[in-house]
Amino acid sequence: MATLPGEALRLEPQAAVAEPFLPLPHVAIRPARGWIPLNLSELWQYRELLVFLIWRDIKVRYKQTVLGAAWAVLQPVFSMVVFSLFFGRLAKVPSDGIPYPVFAYCALLPWQLFAYALNESSNSVVANERLITRVYFPRLVIPIAGVLAGLVDFAIAFVVLIFLMLGYGIIPTATVATLPLFVLLAILTALAVGLWLSALNVQYRDVRYTIGFLTQIWLFLSPVAYPSSLVPARWRPLYGLNPMAGVVEGFRWALIGKTPAPGAMLGVSVIVVLLLLVGGLYYFRRMEKTFADVI
Amino acid sequence: MSDLAIRCEGLAKQYRIGNHETYRSLRETLTEALSTPIRRVRAALQGDRGSHGPPTIWALKDVSFDVKRGEVVGIIGRNGAGKSTLLKILSRITWPTRGSADIHGRVGSLLEVGTGFHPELTGRENVYLNGAILGMKKAEIARKFDEIVAFAELEKFIDTPVKRYSSGMYMRLAFAVAAHMENEILFVDEVLAVGDTAFQKKCLGKMDEVAKHGRTVLFVSHNMLVLQKLCTAGIVLDAGTVVSTGTIGSCVRFYSQLLESRPGADAACADDGSIAIKAVRVLDAEGRPIDNWQYGSPLIVEVDTLLHLPCQRLAVDITFYTGDGQRLFGLQSDSMGTRTGYEPGFHTIRFEIENPGFTVAEMYFDVGLRTSVVGYDAMLPCAGYLILQHAPMHAHNLNLITPSASAVWSQLGQGG
Repeated sequence: MATLPGEALRLEPQAAVAEPFLPLPHVAIRPARGWIPLNLSELWQYRELLVFLIWRDIKVRYKQTVLGAAWAVLQPVFSMVVFSLFFGRLAKVPSDGIPYPVFAYCALLPWQLFAYALNESSNSVVANERLITRVYFPRLVIPIAGVLAGLVDFAIAFVVLIFLMLGYGIIPTATVATLPLFVLLAILTALAVGLWLSALNVQYRDVRYTIGFLTQIWLFLSPVAYPSSLVPARWRPLYGLNPMAGVVEGFRWALIGKTPAPGAMLGVSVIVVLLLLVGGLYYFRRMEKTFADVI
Repeated sequence: MSDLAIRCEGLAKQYRIGNHETYRSLRETLTEALSTPIRRVRAALQGDRGSHGPPTIWALKDVSFDVKRGEVVGIIGRNGAGKSTLLKILSRITWPTRGSADIHGRVGSLLEVGTGFHPELTGRENVYLNGAILGMKKAEIARKFDEIVAFAELEKFIDTPVKRYSSGMYMRLAFAVAAHMENEILFVDEVLAVGDTAFQKKCLGKMDEVAKHGRTVLFVSHNMLVLQKLCTAGIVLDAGTVVSTGTIGSCVRFYSQLLESRPGADAACADDGSIAIKAVRVLDAEGRPIDNWQYGSPLIVEVDTLLHLPCQRLAVDITFYTGDGQRLFGLQSDSMGTRTGYEPGFHTIRFEIENPGFTVAEMYFDVGLRTSVVGYDAMLPCAGYLILQHAPMHAHNLNLITPSASAVWSQLGQGG
């Protein structure tokens, strides 16, 4: 893992370097007022930088920690053990007929992906102050890189889940094919909230201190330690206003297939995420013109 | 499309000053949000509008110029003249408040060497990372990798984490990456003074090569010799406006005259007078004001500043130049000991320079005041002062000058 992109990934062939006959790109610099367009095509042009920033975050984290990649496994496993002991054994929280450790771990995976991605993206702009005040690139690259870096930990922790399910003799059904969609939804949820928080964080450093608190509360508002079937059926679409409810229940449904499909609740979650995401993108773009001056 | 590479029309950049502009707490914003409407109503009733906005500084006012393709243009000016702000706007790091600029070609900015270098990563890894940050394609970096490493003379250490590099090695590698950018347009901000003398020569050679390859370069430097060697044209900025353009020779001459004209007190003052440099004194060891400085004796420079607002951060920069405008050395008070939180009132900073080994007959210095202006980067236009000294005229080696200096702040009562 985390080899040098120059060696490991070949995104494109060494084609056409600096053709003299192409029309030169034109950059128009104008004062910016109000809302500015997202310019996603430019973001795509900078995809290599995105890959490099993700790679840097992962590489540095593993170099600076003694246990390295083991952290990716230790955190969800320990949480699972503690949850199983206190919620599963002692509090006898129902788990929809699934062995509680599998029930909890299935939910902890997307939860930790979300919590990590949210934390990284929210702090990303402030953490990359040097880059922002010295070099031009689409600023959106930074929170996106922060979110995507969490996928590596997720992939490692996922291996444990496979062994855990095998150990309990649980074989996934065909619904497992939908799992990538729920991973995507978890990522987008983190990005949607992360965009708002990272831009706010530049202006108000209070945000940094809110994130830990926010994720803690959010954990208990999401069906990680308990099933969403505890919530009365008619309230469930409302429960879906918390997008992580849709993600977590979706995960259990996709992986184990025993729980009911999270229909209306999931629909609400998707709509909430899309609204937050589009709003977040525009808000971030609006605020980014002041980043270099304020940070 | 003509052979125009860069056109700026009426570029202006306004920074806001004052504590509340740097990252503020939510509480401040909330209380402000509640009190603002009341204040607005009161202001409207009293008939004065708009004067209660936050105090501002124009770092650039109405800058217009054209640069043709293939021109190498030196941007000259005193500390705080707006050179860096101009490059930041053209590099799209910050937005202009007014005006427009059009750039035709891929832009590479070099406002600092080693941006994004991470100490934990190896030299090799940092080359790739830094290259990507500077806008190079991965394939392009891979193709030039050996050349970059050879230029930096770091073949043996390329797989060592950069945190184990000496600062010279670090700067060499950083410059080497930047020097291999292939963009048609380059913005370079005083980054050549890296490494030892031999490497500096090599950097200059590389810049010279770049300049001769038909690329368009905007080059900020205080080193007039280097500018005259590399550039064909020049732009002189002063207090945020273009005061002269033309050949580099004429611009350097204009700049020398500019340095000689000694502005009076209050030369440096924000638009609304909220911060100002009130006086600059050159003293000898006994505290007597001097015009002529005796070679070998310590040099004391005191700068009086006046704040009408509380400021989180305040820093004074002094840069010394030879008579022909070459930069000798600079002192920055905030890198000589940090202190934060400045009350309104007079603040005097005293620089004591112990062993200034100047070997030039004439020199100037200019003084810049930075405050906790947004970005901590905008600077007041500053005063140029002339010192004549009696010095032995030998060994014109500017690299020998490494004076030790201290800077101490003191406050004189509560002012406005």
